[in-house]
Amino acid sequence: MACYSWGVVAGDLNTMVEQKEKSVNCRTARPEAPKEPEPPFQTAAPLLQVCDLQTKILKPVSFSLAAGECIAVKGPSGAGKTLLLRAIADLDPNQGLVSLEGRDRSTIPAPEWRRLVGYVPAEPGWWAETVGEHFGEWAAAAAVLTNLGFPEETKSWPISRLSTGERLRLALVRALIIRPKVLLLDEPTAALDAASVAAVEAVIASRIRGGLAVLWVTHDAGQARRIARRQLAVEAGRVREEVGQ
Amino acid sequence: MTSYIALSYWDLALASVLVLIDAGLSIIFGLKIHRSLLVAAIRMAAQLTLVGLVLTALFSLVSPLWTGVAVLVMILFAGQEVMQRQDRRLSGWWSFGLGTGCMMMSSVLVTAFALLTAIRPSPWYDPRYAIPLLGMILGNCMTGIALGLNTLTTSLMLRRASVEAQLMLGATRWDAAAPVTRDALRSALMPTINSMSATGLVSLPGMMTGQILSGVPPVEAVKYQILVMFLIAGGTGFGAVAAVLGGVYRLTDARHRLRLDRLAALQAT
Repeated sequence: MACYSWGVVAGDLNTMVEQKEKSVNCRTARPEAPKEPEPPFQTAAPLLQVCDLQTKILKPVSFSLAAGECIAVKGPSGAGKTLLLRAIADLDPNQGLVSLEGRDRSTIPAPEWRRLVGYVPAEPGWWAETVGEHFGEWAAAAAVLTNLGFPEETKSWPISRLSTGERLRLALVRALIIRPKVLLLDEPTAALDAASVAAVEAVIASRIRGGLAVLWVTHDAGQARRIARRQLAVEAGRVREEVGQ
Repeated sequence: MTSYIALSYWDLALASVLVLIDAGLSIIFGLKIHRSLLVAAIRMAAQLTLVGLVLTALFSLVSPLWTGVAVLVMILFAGQEVMQRQDRRLSGWWSFGLGTGCMMMSSVLVTAFALLTAIRPSPWYDPRYAIPLLGMILGNCMTGIALGLNTLTTSLMLRRASVEAQLMLGATRWDAAAPVTRDALRSALMPTINSMSATGLVSLPGMMTGQILSGVPPVEAVKYQILVMFLIAGGTGFGAVAAVLGGVYRLTDARHRLRLDRLAALQAT
């Protein structure tokens, strides 16, 4: 079964329309296909390839994401943006082919997959009393937390006293220090003031320059333009790529 | 040893006057419970009489087949009870099968252990020992499993975000569910621990009281009671661990996802 995929070079807006017509067979993304040598950043070789991914609610969706690329995901509330991210992170039952660097997701144990493809939900969960207990390695977290305006004593803060905005930023750091190759962000700046939004965008942008690929759900059209050159629109469970904004 | 005082039916009729007085109080104070009180009293007398007849037949038969049938019927009733005590049941056969299977495994195992090591009646399946022993272990195991499974399902729903947060960061399903699993096991074993620490001070267990009334020296009755308490603790522990881990297994899947869709839809009560 043929599957349409847009292997767009990050930043290559001019060729986007003609590349859209190019069809890629899903089977070429299988692990048994001859694997290219590790691609340098900013190449057309897709890092994450999604083919006919679907759930009970989500209609089949296909796209690919290159290393160092960011795609904005937009759409009305309840359209299925969160379901799309959860399906890619394999948190809900789903069908379709998802692969990372040519490795089929079904051949990778789920816990390892989620360390490679991190997901930060809009309402992150907490399982211990204090902030520090949620981070495997505090030293790694502390460096990023400083950039986001958190003091060193954040480690001992009780979770119950955090604001929504603090929770969002801490959950982002928690996911970043695992060093995933792809990060799925569900409205990471929804409850933040302008200065914090800028800080979060700067932190993620620097990671993207380092090769991180990001799928970023946002309601803010201005933010979508700032962070990404490609946009996916989700509406009533259908996902399509918006070409030429 | 066999110096117990047999009761006549007149003795029971005299005691039943107490229930009639209760019913009279209900009428005087307009409580409107005299009807259900009398129905319950009559049910109790009828059910126990029936059980007495069944046990008499079983004890005279001493048949492994009929003892086994009686054990099976008791376990199935207990399974039904576990299912009924769940706020949110597992979907499909799991709701009855998980609790019943775990109770069968642990109570039969522990009863057989006691019959083959400590009590050693001849034959070992003698229903006069097997049935009451199994009944006591099963009753406590049932309470433990019902509490454990109920705590597991309700806290998985309440703490879904925290369990999934760990899954998102690469935890396995067992690690992510560990805090909830621990809570469920604790609540399953709490009644057993509480009853062990209160026994003798606050309450005299029914079995021990019964043995003393039938003429057994208190020290001997106490030994039996201690044995039974250990068996109950063991049976409840095994059963609850199996049921709660089975519940975690069913409510997650091989791709380490939380599968709350495997809980049956909430029914109106």
